[in-house]
Amino acid sequence: MHSNFTKGLRDGIPIALGYYAVAFSLGIIAKRTGFSAIEGFVSSTFMRASAGEYGLYTVVAASATFVEAVAMSAVTNLRYILMSAALTQKFAEGTSLLKRLLVSLCITDEIFGISIAFPGRLAPSYTFGAAIITTLCWASGTASGIIAGGALPANIVAALSVALYGMFIAIIIPAAKKDRYVLAAVIVSFVLSGLCSIAPYISEWSVGTRTIVLTIIVSAVAAIVKPIEEKEEDCHE
Amino acid sequence: MNSTAIYIIVTALTANLIRILPPLFIRGQIKSRFLRSFLYYIPYVTLAIMTFPAITQATESPLPGLLALVTGIIAAWRGLGLFPVSVICCIVVFLCEWFVS
Repeated sequence: MHSNFTKGLRDGIPIALGYYAVAFSLGIIAKRTGFSAIEGFVSSTFMRASAGEYGLYTVVAASATFVEAVAMSAVTNLRYILMSAALTQKFAEGTSLLKRLLVSLCITDEIFGISIAFPGRLAPSYTFGAAIITTLCWASGTASGIIAGGALPANIVAALSVALYGMFIAIIIPAAKKDRYVLAAVIVSFVLSGLCSIAPYISEWSVGTRTIVLTIIVSAVAAIVKPIEEKEEDCHE
Repeated sequence: MNSTAIYIIVTALTANLIRILPPLFIRGQIKSRFLRSFLYYIPYVTLAIMTFPAITQATESPLPGLLALVTGIIAAWRGLGLFPVSVICCIVVFLCEWFVS
């Protein structure tokens, strides 16, 4: 129990560093909207979603209606429904509802990524450990960005901002190496995602919307082309 | 309470409600083979989609991001873990930006 929490803290460090950098740049935008450091810290602590928070600043700046604020938050965070649903299959039989709900509250793109990569059934304390350190850095990064603005050199910010993607790669590749259908799905995802970012009309959708639509289409096609075998399922569990 | 606070509460509640819906309704193992397969592919597909082309847009010009992607894939393929792969990607971008300036 304790060691899983510590392991979560440790695996959370690279994520936390990347978060700090991304949140810092988010804080610079928040400041333009008139957010105080405390407002930035609180909103980052409770939302833990880069696109969602960016959306929050835009609705505040536009003095949008609260209905629009809810719609914006729902659309930018909709992919968490898919991730949360995928995680329900990762819990051990006896995991209490409270722990399941708390784990689902911890979900961000990266926390989901390392939780799904956890060997065997998910130990909730692992997710909690990672969530605590990353949320702290995410929230303080936002507050620092609001306070310190452009003090950090641009090349450092640029370098740190790819840390998150490095982690995504480290999660995807081992699975793709083991299962060539995952590899095929990953290659198709790269290609389609690249095409959709430049395609007329589709490229005008928000990144969040494109992510959801593509994820559903590619995963559904993969599930039809190559449904998992009972045996294969055992080895990734 | 000022309006910014209300915006924060409203958007945060929505974001977290979305997160807790699935475990409220899905308790045990899903029976449908299609759904289980669908959920098996989701993590890798969605992370791949979020990585590319975003990694090429995180940097000033696309090339450092692209190089970081390729280097990261090679490093992960050779069996390196989360932290080393992340650090390698950062170093690639840092060196690229350093050479340019």
